[in-house]
Amino acid sequence: MATAADPLALPPSPAAPAGLVEGRSSGRLLGARRPPAALLALGLVVALAAALPALYLVVVVAGDARAAADAVLTSRSLGLVLRSAGLAVAVTASAIAIAVPLAWLTVRSDLPGRRAWATLATLPLVMPSYIAAYVFVAVLRPKGLLQEALAPLGVQELPQIYGFLGAWLVLTLCTYPLVLLPLRAALRRLDPSVEEAARVMGRSPLEVFRTVVLPQLMPAIGAGGVLVALYVLSDFGAVAILRFDSFTREIYIAFQSAQRTEAAALGMVLVLVMLLLFALYAKVRGARALHRSSPGTQRPAPPVRLGRWRWPALGLCAGVVAVTLVVPIGVLLYWASKDVSTGVDVATITAEAGNSLLAAAAAAVAAAAAALVVGVLSVRFPGYATRAIERVGYAGYALPGIVVALALVFFGTRVALPLYQTLAMLVFALSIHYLPLAVGPVGAALMQVPPRLEEAARGLGRSPLQVFRTITRPLVTSGVLAGAALVFLHALKELPATLLLAPIGFETLATDIFHQTTTGFFEAAAIPALILLLIAAPPLYLLNEKGVKGT
Amino acid sequence: MTSRRARCTAIAILAALLGGAGLASCGGGSDELTMYSGRVPALIDPAIEIYEKDSGEKLKVRTGDSPTLAATLVEEGKNSRADLFYAQDAGSLDAIEKAGNLAPLPADLLDEVPARFRSKTGRWIGVTARSRIIAYGPKVKTSELPDSPLELAEPKWRGRVGWAPTNASLQGYVTALRLVEGEAVARKWLTEMVANKTEPFDSNVPIRDAIAKGELDLGLINHYYVAEAQAKDPGYPVKVHFPTKDLGSLVNVSGVGVLASSKHKKEAIAFVRTMLGKPAQTYFADSSKEYPLLAGVAPSKELTPLDEIPSPEIDLADLGDLEGTLKLMRDTGAL
Repeated sequence: MATAADPLALPPSPAAPAGLVEGRSSGRLLGARRPPAALLALGLVVALAAALPALYLVVVVAGDARAAADAVLTSRSLGLVLRSAGLAVAVTASAIAIAVPLAWLTVRSDLPGRRAWATLATLPLVMPSYIAAYVFVAVLRPKGLLQEALAPLGVQELPQIYGFLGAWLVLTLCTYPLVLLPLRAALRRLDPSVEEAARVMGRSPLEVFRTVVLPQLMPAIGAGGVLVALYVLSDFGAVAILRFDSFTREIYIAFQSAQRTEAAALGMVLVLVMLLLFALYAKVRGARALHRSSPGTQRPAPPVRLGRWRWPALGLCAGVVAVTLVVPIGVLLYWASKDVSTGVDVATITAEAGNSLLAAAAAAVAAAAAALVVGVLSVRFPGYATRAIERVGYAGYALPGIVVALALVFFGTRVALPLYQTLAMLVFALSIHYLPLAVGPVGAALMQVPPRLEEAARGLGRSPLQVFRTITRPLVTSGVLAGAALVFLHALKELPATLLLAPIGFETLATDIFHQTTTGFFEAAAIPALILLLIAAPPLYLLNEKGVKGT
Repeated sequence: MTSRRARCTAIAILAALLGGAGLASCGGGSDELTMYSGRVPALIDPAIEIYEKDSGEKLKVRTGDSPTLAATLVEEGKNSRADLFYAQDAGSLDAIEKAGNLAPLPADLLDEVPARFRSKTGRWIGVTARSRIIAYGPKVKTSELPDSPLELAEPKWRGRVGWAPTNASLQGYVTALRLVEGEAVARKWLTEMVANKTEPFDSNVPIRDAIAKGELDLGLINHYYVAEAQAKDPGYPVKVHFPTKDLGSLVNVSGVGVLASSKHKKEAIAFVRTMLGKPAQTYFADSSKEYPLLAGVAPSKELTPLDEIPSPEIDLADLGDLEGTLKLMRDTGAL
């Protein structure tokens, strides 16, 4: 089942791994069928659009291949790749380490208030990494807010948080929800009968978790992990503020120093690293494509009673929420209170919030529509071509925002001048940048629609389009909504493309924050940052509910 | 039904989008001037208002950081929508001049500004000057302040100094050092600065803030960052020191160029004239505490006058060898 559109799936996750039937279902039978030409053409258009950033790198590098090779083939760039990879591995590992217990506790245990904990624990997803970085620097710097609080105890100075440690901390806090969301969905779909069987055979609960539950969760963990790793590799804001020399930072320096060939060459290395990651992911997932075999409605698992373990469990949840939410929001409120005294321009902020909302919502709709095309192709018509179409989509996500932005500056001024620096262009940029975030959930939802249902409708004389409208679409709505919500949450905080591609005067909350922080007036950035979080909360709630309830 | 509502929403958004796209593309063909600006909106807006009042024209501004906007202009080439580029540093102007994006400015306009503050080929012109100074915190006694930035590499300052090696101003500084003192001195200085645990930051503002917090004692930054903070908070604990030896307090500029692809060159040049006119120059001197470049306009009183600032006689246009500087900085581990 989970073979074709392999579920780099966010909620709802690939069909419930349950009855442990290994292998591929009817998708394969259909594989013999060729996709309709119109659909394939549409898929190629989406793939081409998504490939533009990578294509731009190729064009630039081809202009001066020698300079490009010189830039890449140095011990320095190798060292930077290793540094960035090290950070990506560390962040991914810690994100998984946080997400696994949280997911299990909020889905499978009788933890008090587990639904509330679940929503709170996923909220950091909306925190732009650059804001989290500013906040944690303000708190943890040698003479920051924490030191001031500890000063009465005689603490003169805290150790440095800059460099690897700070980047690791902040990026973990911003990205673990990317694992938590698909993991919760996957856990909810586990068929408890398998675990019960294992228990009956005499395995301890821990052994059952390790040998039965965990293997079934691997696709979801791997899918979330890939997104986390790609996020870390392409992040610039947090690593710059936390002063960690990453590969992406080198790309920015090169672009900003008029060394575009060198910058593009380094960007291509990032694409290669991404491909490597996919190969690795395919290995992790391997033959574990499992799905439910037994017919009938799935029974929800009875919650595990925590007993006295509930206290450490509550402590863990409270600790994570305190660090990832209470601290940043507290600091932002503190800054905002200082700024309110100097007067807040309500009209401007309202307009900015409206612009953020408009661009992000439009990008979410566009990306979800594109993801539906990609999803239908790769799930219903698996094959090398359709898989390539799906994979190409990830390039836009793996590359730093500046590359996506400059690629569209390049192509926009050459082939789409009337659209250049219009809202349509910005929405296009945002949707190709975040397309993979929508492809995951949409593909996963599609995999849950039995192809037999569609075939029956076709047999009864409906056209493919009618089948899609009346059968497929209603069944995949929740997946599409989940995908759209994820894109929305990311587009809301996007900066480089918005700065370069939005129509002039189209200020968003993110650009406002940028203008304020460049002069060091963090207090003035607090209110737009808080509004950003506020706008992001409803779609996140939706994501949690839809993602967990599924269809 | 959710799906129906979702569809309606989607259609509404798409309609709004197309409408917006249409409107915006109409705007692109208008006669309004468009400027890419690397300057902070709050500081540049009043100067733009002077132009708009004088000319009756409107100016549209896209704000970003100067080097990224320069990279954008290079990608846009001759299809750029921009008529003007207003940069925070000479390096960004230099980059797009080299790429062939800038048009020549009239000679009488260029003559308003001393030759060392404009492009050699007359394609960009400085508007204000800023000095590369040593900012210091309350723990440093005035008697121990270094006479030369080169002294910051001495063991005495180990771990107490902040700099921003990825920033265009510091890179310009290193280029000047190579020009004036030679490659060997520059290499030695960079190596020693790195060995001395000089703290690298990604921009100037956090260095200033770290000095204010007492985490650092000295920082190599531009003078007006301190002036900005002092304007907000008169008791701000960071002060400015103008070193006198070696490179002294190298002076750099913010400047403007007119795009070669502009269809409104006449209006664009009128804007540059306004920026170098007395009202705008007085505004810059008073509010953002930069040095006005127009003869006859005095800088803010608390600043050392420009001609008294010990600054080597370097043509800013000579600071172009960024590539060599970046290589040296990478070799020495500064970058």
